[in-house]
Amino acid sequence: MHGVFDIVGPVMIGPSSSHTAGAVRLGLMARKILGEPAVRAEINLHGSFARTYRGHGTDKALIAGILGFAPDDERIRDALSLADKQGLAYNFQPVNLEEAHPNTAVIYLVGITGRVARVRGASVGGGNIMITNIDGYAVELTGQYPALITIHRDRPGVITQVTQILSRYEVNIAFMRVSRQNRGETAMMIMELDDQPAEEVVDECREVYEVENAFAIPAI
Amino acid sequence: MINFNTMGELIALAEEKELPIHEIVIAREMHDSQRSREAILTGMQQNWEIMQASIERGIVNTEHSVSGLTGGDSKRLYAYRAKGYMGKQTLAAAAYAVGISEVNAVMGRIVACPTAGSCGIVPAALYAAREERGLADEAIVRALFTAAGIGMVVDQNASIAGAEGGCQAECGTAAGMAAGALVELAGGTPAMVGNACALSIKNLLGLVCDPVAGLVEVPCVKRNGFAVVEAMLAADMTLAGVQSFIPVDEVIEAMNRIGKALPKSLRETSEGGLAVTATAKAVEKRIYPQG
Repeated sequence: MHGVFDIVGPVMIGPSSSHTAGAVRLGLMARKILGEPAVRAEINLHGSFARTYRGHGTDKALIAGILGFAPDDERIRDALSLADKQGLAYNFQPVNLEEAHPNTAVIYLVGITGRVARVRGASVGGGNIMITNIDGYAVELTGQYPALITIHRDRPGVITQVTQILSRYEVNIAFMRVSRQNRGETAMMIMELDDQPAEEVVDECREVYEVENAFAIPAI
Repeated sequence: MINFNTMGELIALAEEKELPIHEIVIAREMHDSQRSREAILTGMQQNWEIMQASIERGIVNTEHSVSGLTGGDSKRLYAYRAKGYMGKQTLAAAAYAVGISEVNAVMGRIVACPTAGSCGIVPAALYAAREERGLADEAIVRALFTAAGIGMVVDQNASIAGAEGGCQAECGTAAGMAAGALVELAGGTPAMVGNACALSIKNLLGLVCDPVAGLVEVPCVKRNGFAVVEAMLAADMTLAGVQSFIPVDEVIEAMNRIGKALPKSLRETSEGGLAVTATAKAVEKRIYPQG
């Protein structure tokens, strides 16, 4: 059963929990995954998002999230002009992603140091979201829990080494998913955690030989 | 631990412990979230403050939404409130509900209750009750937990999403929440809270979700005004001693069955009802010229 504040709440900027509040959270997740301020955003919108994004302010909401605003931030309605001021160039393109959830966005971001991230996700109702793809890897990420993501070589024992580090720091894994593009090449592991991992946990994961990169994404 | 899945269980718990419904809802939330009573009450107080701010902004609002479909009606209704067939306070309540919904439509800050599309009904009912009866904010905050408990039961046993159950799931649930909260504020028993909820939801069963151009504006904004008046009537009927023939949990079951029976075209897809009228289609063409 949902809690009291799921029914009387959330506090949000209107008009639509799925097309506005959820869209802010999608933008925010993309920004957290990029890990630095963005200078460019190319956003593809599918389904109902593509059709109604102007009337629902979905464009403003996505950009607001990419700028780091929360779903109840009153600056959301001015997000497009704030993006211009803060040097974020953006572009919206309706696309047809076939059977994808009707409120799907694909967000391609370029950061201030040149880092890039491609994040696909859907606003699945009531302001809740599901990130389904990061940089070509299939994932399932809701933003309700802090997450630890590793990019590593697809070899036996890597997962054990990473989970041992979490175990040592007494960080509990709530949900976990591993995916790869090809056997023996690069893989991605996403662990949704009960608590935000400390910086040293992430650092130790990076030191695991087969791990190319590890980063934490706070709950949003 | 305290838990409930139906209105019957919620009412029985309140009767057994000789506590109002809001105390049962608060106790459950404390256990479920592992937060203190004080933190939970403070959280709801903050929500109530945002609700009040959205009402106060709504009744002076002249700004139109991006689509141009809504804006300014709350102010009109509020100015007219002393001249109507309905009493001044009832018309004020309708103006508050429309006002919050207009604030929602212009990308203002609101509290979803239970959804953004139905966010005006519960706060408008409580704001008008506070004015009319000189109630303290603490009492209103407690009544919001009663409203939440009702919403949680409907969410559990039917739906609060227009895409699943039509507008009965959104404005219908909100009206049930408001009616129950009003009865408790007036000193009604837990069973009377359930009765008001039953009367209120029954009257909105079958309400479809057919928004023009897919936007949370037409008919949603004005419907918030109608629904708060309906909730107030359900509360008054209950306080006058009028009984719902069908018990509240059976009404919620019926709501669930009706929601499932509604065609997809009338569940927030904008493929039926008002959304496909000639006027709606013309509006759609204007807002989305590229098709």
